[in-house]
Amino acid sequence: MSDAIVTGTDATFDAEVLKSGVPALVDFWAPWCGPCQMIAPLVEEIAESHKGKLKVVKLNVDENVQTPQTYGVMAIPTLILFKGGQPQEKVVGFESKAKLLDRIAKHL
Amino acid sequence: MNGPWDVVIAGAGPAGLAAALYTGRARLSTIVLERAHPGGQILLTDWVENYPGFPSGVAPFELMNGFRKQAETFGARIESDEALSIAKSAAGFFLKGHSAEYEARSVIVATGSSYRRLGVEGEERLTGRGVSYCAVCDGAFFAGRDIAVVGGGDNALKEALFLTKFAKTLTLIHRRATFRGERIYQERVAANDKIRIRYDTIVCGVEGESKVEAISLIDLKDGSTSALPVAGLFVSIGTRPQTDFVKGFLELNEGGQAKVGRDMQTSVPGVFAAGDVCDACPKQIATAVGTGVHAALSVQEYLAR
Repeated sequence: MSDAIVTGTDATFDAEVLKSGVPALVDFWAPWCGPCQMIAPLVEEIAESHKGKLKVVKLNVDENVQTPQTYGVMAIPTLILFKGGQPQEKVVGFESKAKLLDRIAKHL
Repeated sequence: MNGPWDVVIAGAGPAGLAAALYTGRARLSTIVLERAHPGGQILLTDWVENYPGFPSGVAPFELMNGFRKQAETFGARIESDEALSIAKSAAGFFLKGHSAEYEARSVIVATGSSYRRLGVEGEERLTGRGVSYCAVCDGAFFAGRDIAVVGGGDNALKEALFLTKFAKTLTLIHRRATFRGERIYQERVAANDKIRIRYDTIVCGVEGESKVEAISLIDLKDGSTSALPVAGLFVSIGTRPQTDFVKGFLELNEGGQAKVGRDMQTSVPGVFAAGDVCDACPKQIATAVGTGVHAALSVQEYLAR
């Protein structure tokens, strides 16, 4: 995994995401989910190209049950963009890189 | 500008990667454009048990990683990009991608298919909030809950069987009186205590405020309507070919699939199609591989002319 990506947990979510100085994109995923694997390289590319402007956090929903519940995640992959501690955008399922970039750009 | 490549292959599913293996081995410069992780739709399933050579079945990831490595071993380059448009050019063809442009002497369209939506009230709003198109991805969120699956083909039956690992009860809703799916799946569905079947029934709406609470059904035999309380609705009603980027360039059939001849060549000489995107190709991994290889052989003939 790219070093531009942070592994998040229920315990670190507040510090890593909600109190992040820059907008944070959280990738809710699990190892057994095909589309999560499909979208993973796109998320990595976005993390690499937005270093310093966007924090990218991956949260494994198998190991972390509480955060997905808090944000009503019932499908994976789900990407949620947080800014100032609040969710701004939610993308459910596989989405093309162009559309992901569109959704992110307006919050940066 | 990138190329000219002997062949640009759009899509890295079973068809595209099998074609890339053959064109790579034939020493043709080959690039495969894939918008996501190589593998394609097959990555949405939990287990593959009908691909020959794997008597106990195989995990889709393992299988597709093998496809990819084998194509790369023989020189094919796999690029993270999506073909957005195609046109004729001096070298042959010009493909515009999301991150680059490609010149090609020949093209294989192997962009596969994606799931179809029901198109009913509430479906889009509640997608990811109980409406799902991927049982493998989302099944675990419905542990101990009542859920429904809509569809009657192989995939619907397979998804229903998979979901019984989690669900308390599962209602399988099909608009016809009999299933189209493979007999072996029909037998397993019939033998499963958790599955209730509603034949001759369609889903006409999904209800719920912030998540799915119920679905509205119409019984086609007597026209009566009813509501079925469920926490999740898994939609498995077939697929739609991903041919938007060749619309107007290639001849497509009514379903949007590329028309091909016996050599897998489309209406445009030098452009071939393989796998789920072409007409008359059954949606199986093995047939995607077969048509991919066939297209690759036809490309060799075309370029040798």
